[in-house]
Amino acid sequence: MKITGKVYMGVIFTLLYAPILVIMVFSFNSSNSMAVMNGVSLRWYKELFTNEKAIDALVNSLILAVTSAVISTVIGTAAAVGIYHIKNKRVKSAVMSVTNIPMMNPDIVTGVSIMLLFAFVATLFGLGIFGFFTLLVAHITFNLPYVILCVMPKLKQMDKNLPEAALDLGCTPLQAFFKVEFFELIPGIATGLLMAFTLSLDDFVISYFVAGESFQTLPIYIYAMTKRRVLPDMNALFTVIFAVIFILLLARNFMTKDIVPKKAKEV
Amino acid sequence: MKAARKLSPLHRYAAYPYVVWAAAFVVAPLLFVLYYAFTDRSGSVSLTNFSRMFNGDTLKVFAISLAFAFIATLICLFIAYPLAYAIVKTKKKTQNMLIMMFMLPMWMNFVLRTYALSFLLEDKGLLNRFFDTVGVGHVRLIYTSGAVIFGMVYNFLPYMLLPIYSVMAKMDKSLIEASEDLGCNKFRTLINVIFPLSLPGVVSGITMVFVPSVSTFYISQQLGPTDFVLIGDVIESEIKTTGGVYNYGSAISFVLMLLIFACIAVMNKFSDEESEGGVIV
Repeated sequence: MKITGKVYMGVIFTLLYAPILVIMVFSFNSSNSMAVMNGVSLRWYKELFTNEKAIDALVNSLILAVTSAVISTVIGTAAAVGIYHIKNKRVKSAVMSVTNIPMMNPDIVTGVSIMLLFAFVATLFGLGIFGFFTLLVAHITFNLPYVILCVMPKLKQMDKNLPEAALDLGCTPLQAFFKVEFFELIPGIATGLLMAFTLSLDDFVISYFVAGESFQTLPIYIYAMTKRRVLPDMNALFTVIFAVIFILLLARNFMTKDIVPKKAKEV
Repeated sequence: MKAARKLSPLHRYAAYPYVVWAAAFVVAPLLFVLYYAFTDRSGSVSLTNFSRMFNGDTLKVFAISLAFAFIATLICLFIAYPLAYAIVKTKKKTQNMLIMMFMLPMWMNFVLRTYALSFLLEDKGLLNRFFDTVGVGHVRLIYTSGAVIFGMVYNFLPYMLLPIYSVMAKMDKSLIEASEDLGCNKFRTLINVIFPLSLPGVVSGITMVFVPSVSTFYISQQLGPTDFVLIGDVIESEIKTTGGVYNYGSAISFVLMLLIFACIAVMNKFSDEESEGGVIV
């Protein structure tokens, strides 16, 4: 039993990593062949790092991920606190149902729906609005439920006497929140922020529908570049991204023990 | 003893920005989908989109998408379940490392993952070169329906593994011991005890693989035969290339959304009942 288990894990592991390994090896190929290593060179890396469009797309993705993560964390944390204190059960469950919609809906439907809204606004004012702004709104929208779901459990776990004590000792509600409650929520807020950041960086489908010519993100750029063809400098990009993720995960694994799965949709 | 304190304005209004946001960017967009789905291109209310959908090729595409997603989900389940079981059987420290290893590719963007797959499967790629060398000859790997299924399984397998593993890792080991003490062999323990207890994980795994599989449009474009379309491709081309006529694409999106919500509702119900039953076992 134990040996079969090990062999089985080995087989799946090999299947999972074979394409990744092949790309990484061939990113150092001196020719653009997909099957023969003609020699080792950094040619494709040089091309990648001098490719302005790729660099622009990366910078755009990072700007978008940081801004959307910060804004959705602020709105989402406040939302979690507010929703937690809603007394009316019907209102509460209505709000939570709406919160679940972007998580349950296929990305393509979310993307199409937000795009339709912007298309309507665009025809109303006759503007080309698709660009950074539309992407930002869309990313905040799909990040919010995840932030709320990260903060909510911390609110439930919090000792309710803590803010009471702060109020009794003369804090205003605002002070009680920022001096007491906020610190209890920090782990949830941090997880939410991180999750929003990675979700935003990773999103392709929703961005694809709401992006404009003026502002491309990295996944959209890769999509345009690799549609039914192979480009060696994409291999180099793949390798760089994989290396960064690997190092980050390794570093985090040394610091904390739990692994927060990306896109762990709680359906 | 404790007098109910009045909620501070901070707590009372904290959710307002979010509620406004959700109304504007979650609810309103869905109303637009609804509006476009039930109107024709001139803007008058009609059911033409739906009659077109149910009479033409789109119905066939819907069926194919569902079938492909179903097969991919089934394969994922059959691969991931024994995998999760094998991982749980190892030491706790090894488990964490193994899960991290199997989840690591998930952190890559799925466009890049699919690209990596196409690189390997290409006509001039490494696999075909290998087949040539061993004397099998050229095998068409990419641009086939098999490649589409393979792409779905490759991309979404970790979504199946993680929930099943999480449930199995939390499982009460004494129940398994009890079953063995009471005379069940390993296989019967698996069928009668472990499987019912792991059902919530299986159910959320199925939903997490099925939803992206049925609605994908990139995998089919990148790995499928020419002219091969899934329902996601139809939506994409209707929305992106019809120059502002969104009615038909919206109608398909609407039906897809209803379909997914129905699936999720059925699956959740199934998991609730079964998990209760599992506890009684």
